Amino acid sequence: MTTVLCVFMLTLLVITAFGMIQARNLFSAVMLGGIYSFEMASIFFILDAADVALTEAAIGAGITTVFFLGALALTEHRERGRHGPQWLPIGVMTATGMMLIYASFDNPRIGDPNAPVHLHVAPWYLEQTPQLIDIQNIVSAILASFRGYDTLGELFVIFTAGIGVLFILSAPAPQDRKVSERLMNAEGLRHHLVPRVVGQLLVPFIVLFGLYVQFHGDYGPGGGFQAGALISAGLILYALLRGEIAALRAVPIWFLRMLIVSGALLYTTVGIAGMLLGGSFLDYSVLSNDPVAGQHLGILLVEVGVGLTVTGVLLSIFHAFAARGQ
Amino acid sequence: MGLVVDIASWLLLLAGGIFVFIGGLGLLRMPDLYTRMHAVGLTDSMGSILVLLGAILQAGPSLAAVKLAIIIVFLLLTCPTASYALANAARLSGIEPRALRTGPETDT
Repeated sequence: MTTVLCVFMLTLLVITAFGMIQARNLFSAVMLGGIYSFEMASIFFILDAADVALTEAAIGAGITTVFFLGALALTEHRERGRHGPQWLPIGVMTATGMMLIYASFDNPRIGDPNAPVHLHVAPWYLEQTPQLIDIQNIVSAILASFRGYDTLGELFVIFTAGIGVLFILSAPAPQDRKVSERLMNAEGLRHHLVPRVVGQLLVPFIVLFGLYVQFHGDYGPGGGFQAGALISAGLILYALLRGEIAALRAVPIWFLRMLIVSGALLYTTVGIAGMLLGGSFLDYSVLSNDPVAGQHLGILLVEVGVGLTVTGVLLSIFHAFAARGQ
Repeated sequence: MGLVVDIASWLLLLAGGIFVFIGGLGLLRMPDLYTRMHAVGLTDSMGSILVLLGAILQAGPSLAAVKLAIIIVFLLLTCPTASYALANAARLSGIEPRALRTGPETDT
């Protein structure tokens, strides 16, 4: 049954990808990109990777689509005309594809219990998590504690990427009188009654769900990355409904900058606190008298740090796009 | 009792599937944007809600059933709103319904 579903979804994925290549209208290409991410999330879910599915659905299908639309608002909607088939890209693509297919012959079958990935450290994680960390979602345990360095690296990738994007877009400061006048005129969807009412009804629940995903990550799928994407999706919806001014009044730019920095700072502080208390960097066991309780505390704080930075970066990028579009 | 619930849930799932299928058919066969949206918007919300009701019956009284019920409420709010917003945006950007474009007399 799983195989049938997987083959079906993968076929849809290929069709969507071809549709995306064929689409001359960039607007429909972006929409197809959202559909592609959603199909990808379904496949992840079929393969029992609920955490990855949640991330792909929230970031790939949700936020990325919004960012692409924001970029499209600043450029043209149609692709420039191409003259005939471009043989070099086609050749490179075909060669790479052939190589990947050839490499896949050496792959173990999906779900093969003797695959190297299941024999290396995975059994140790599965055995030790109940004793060392005692949380139900082993993915969270691996992500935040066993492989805390990797997650710290990911967080700083997002941090750096956010700073880079903000430098490139470099929005004029809203204090500028002309800009704020133009911002005043942009009222969002204020005149459209139905989306406004329903959207405003939904915003608190979306943010609440984001907080649930954030703090329930120890027990179910979820964690900082997904929660950050969901919370910023809720706030972006608010910005679209009420206009930039109201959104910036609710969550000002300086607060977003604070979020970006404080998240990264919180993660690093937890790591250094472990060092000061006699453990090694990012060793949470020493944070409390009881090592397991210390692990719980550490994972919670680290996930909060990730959530803060992701929320801050995503919302800052959205506001930068919006300020450029005025 | 279990058999009755099973039959009811399968009927709901089947009906939902038929609704979604008709929606897809309408999307392919209808002549312009508004009629296509009519097909998709109406049958898609109905279809997905019927499928979710069937899934609730399959889940029985559990937390999963409550979550599915919350999803139904969410869809009841968002599906019609999304249809409305899309149609409204199309109208504002100047897409005329086909019946208006060709005139009701010439449209056979």
